[in-house]
Amino acid sequence: MDMKDKLVSSFLAFEESVNVDAPIHNIRSQAIKIFEEKGFPSKKEEAWKYTSLKSILKHDYSVFPKEENALDFKEVKKYFLHDIDTYKIVFVDGRYSSYLSATTHDKMDVCLMSSALNYDKYRPVIDNYFNKIAKPDGITSLNTAFSREGAYIYIPKNKLADKPIQIIHFSTGKESAQMLQPRNLIVVEENSQVQIIERHQSLTKNPVLTNSVTEIFADKRAIVDYYKIQNDRQSASLIDNTFIEQQAQSTVSVHTFAFGGNLTRNNLNFYQKGEYVNSILNGVTIIEGKQHVDHNTLVHHIEPNCESHQDYKGIFDEKATGVFNGKVVVNKEAQKTNAFQSNNNILLDDSATINSKPQLEIFADDVKCSHGCTIGQLDESALFYLRSRGIGQKEARALLMYAFANNVLESVRIPELKARITKLIANKLGVNLGFDL
Amino acid sequence: MLEITDLHANVEGKEIIKGLNLKVNAGEVHAIMGPNGAGKSTLANIIAGKEEYEVSGGKMLLNGEDIEELAPEERAHKGIFLSFQYPVEIPGVTVTNFMKTAINETRKAQGLEEMPAKDMLKLIREKSEMLEIDRKFLSRSLNEGFSGGEKKRNEIFQMAMMQPKLAILDETDSGLDIDALRIVANGVNKLKSSDNAVVVITHYQRLLEYIVPDYVHVLYDGKIVKSGSKELALQLEEKGYDWIKEEINA
Repeated sequence: MDMKDKLVSSFLAFEESVNVDAPIHNIRSQAIKIFEEKGFPSKKEEAWKYTSLKSILKHDYSVFPKEENALDFKEVKKYFLHDIDTYKIVFVDGRYSSYLSATTHDKMDVCLMSSALNYDKYRPVIDNYFNKIAKPDGITSLNTAFSREGAYIYIPKNKLADKPIQIIHFSTGKESAQMLQPRNLIVVEENSQVQIIERHQSLTKNPVLTNSVTEIFADKRAIVDYYKIQNDRQSASLIDNTFIEQQAQSTVSVHTFAFGGNLTRNNLNFYQKGEYVNSILNGVTIIEGKQHVDHNTLVHHIEPNCESHQDYKGIFDEKATGVFNGKVVVNKEAQKTNAFQSNNNILLDDSATINSKPQLEIFADDVKCSHGCTIGQLDESALFYLRSRGIGQKEARALLMYAFANNVLESVRIPELKARITKLIANKLGVNLGFDL
Repeated sequence: MLEITDLHANVEGKEIIKGLNLKVNAGEVHAIMGPNGAGKSTLANIIAGKEEYEVSGGKMLLNGEDIEELAPEERAHKGIFLSFQYPVEIPGVTVTNFMKTAINETRKAQGLEEMPAKDMLKLIREKSEMLEIDRKFLSRSLNEGFSGGEKKRNEIFQMAMMQPKLAILDETDSGLDIDALRIVANGVNKLKSSDNAVVVITHYQRLLEYIVPDYVHVLYDGKIVKSGSKELALQLEEKGYDWIKEEINA
């Protein structure tokens, strides 16, 4: 049985484990029909031209974890940002780990999607927001059909979340191959602010496929900073579908640090529903081997006087392949839009590949839109400069790569996270420069 | 210290250095002058080990050791320092951190312990004061947004920190106003001793008023065609290079 058939037939078993009388179950039932009809995307679709799911769909993934697997904090501490106080929503093999988590209901909700879907007090928020902006494509619908668990974050108006929130998904690999489908909902009301860090971490050699969907709603003047750390094992693949709706004068930034994993696909979609909205999309990709990272972004400018800024940097070694497909749509009404996009890449090896494709669809006439893309090698003169100061070739290359990605790192607003990411980069490049980058 | 005999070198198949001889002893200051395109910067880069230059003949000895096969960092570890004509910007890496890495990598290669942080700070303070560099400047990203003069002054600061045996200054005077020139020259003079040597590459005599050379060489068409005392620099300033070209062609 192929993976699609297996998933469709698993839906019946899934229904036995959830409350089918819950109002959202209709949404699930419709979603499985959409998935049944559309299936997984293939390379024939323009948006999936450079990313094939074929090789990762050949595994016989178990769809539901059979048992609860506990993890010792000591084993996984290094995957947390642990030098500052944070809220934590942690999952092990798709199940909530209360032991590793630190949630709250104090004037805001930082808790579980399963609670939000099951308890009446969350009903108004779920009714208003759940599955409202997720695209009804095959892969997102698949997640919707099986939506049960994930992070639920609700920040009411005029509230500054007092600490960053970490969402971490571990997979232990007790199953030979495992598919996870976390579903997150984040609602940030007027004048409120939150910082969120999301990480998917496999602890096993067994294949893991995560198909994640996150909906983020930023109301008027809300500020949301979202950081995705994708530094997973070679056996793990991730399809991340993130949908963001912004109301007037809100600012949402999403940073995606893609440092590893087998196949990573980021579908990042911004919809600007009010005036004076600012959307920021930053990414650093550093991969090697046969790793594949595909950033597929959409910024939809619907209202006038808004901005979007996209800055994606990529470093590709060995046979790694990268894709950047950045689409910007400016509606006729969206006058005075400022939309900027840049994608700069370094290929360290002749076998490495990057496919970079900007797509601008502009229907307004009074706008400033730009896009730029570069593909090059490390600057030999710069390398010589560093080496002439006694710095070895490997360290000199690492310094240049760090310098290349620096402006994106500089925009990380949690200093401890920035330090952690620079350390990840240094480890990844195998250097110790005698100071924290 | 440095002994170059009959050096030939190509860039992308084109011969730039065509049988060059140069001998620099410890304690000496040499100036290399010459018209544009003569090969001055090429020579500086070859000594420092830039890989895009292919040495096709001749010998380069540093204290008797053939350095031709050494990587740029290995040459640095042996005490060669090149002050760049166009220093490179490295965003996100501060001048201080860059110097820490450079010094400790060099010490590691020399089999020494890392320099204790306290000593490093002391050295930084001492050298930045000598070159009248503002401490705030040291926590800026290396060369990023520096003016031409700041970049050159920073090069000499790096030289002061690294304390090389052989320093090559490639057009360090360009982009410097007269005050900065004096400070930089003063720094170089203070670093001079009987066991190191300085090679100054310049177009103009101006810098040589402050860093007084023991020898002046004229580099023309890939060779040193004339050598003399510091008076030669004055002559060149006054008369240009045409008379030398005529002398050679005669």
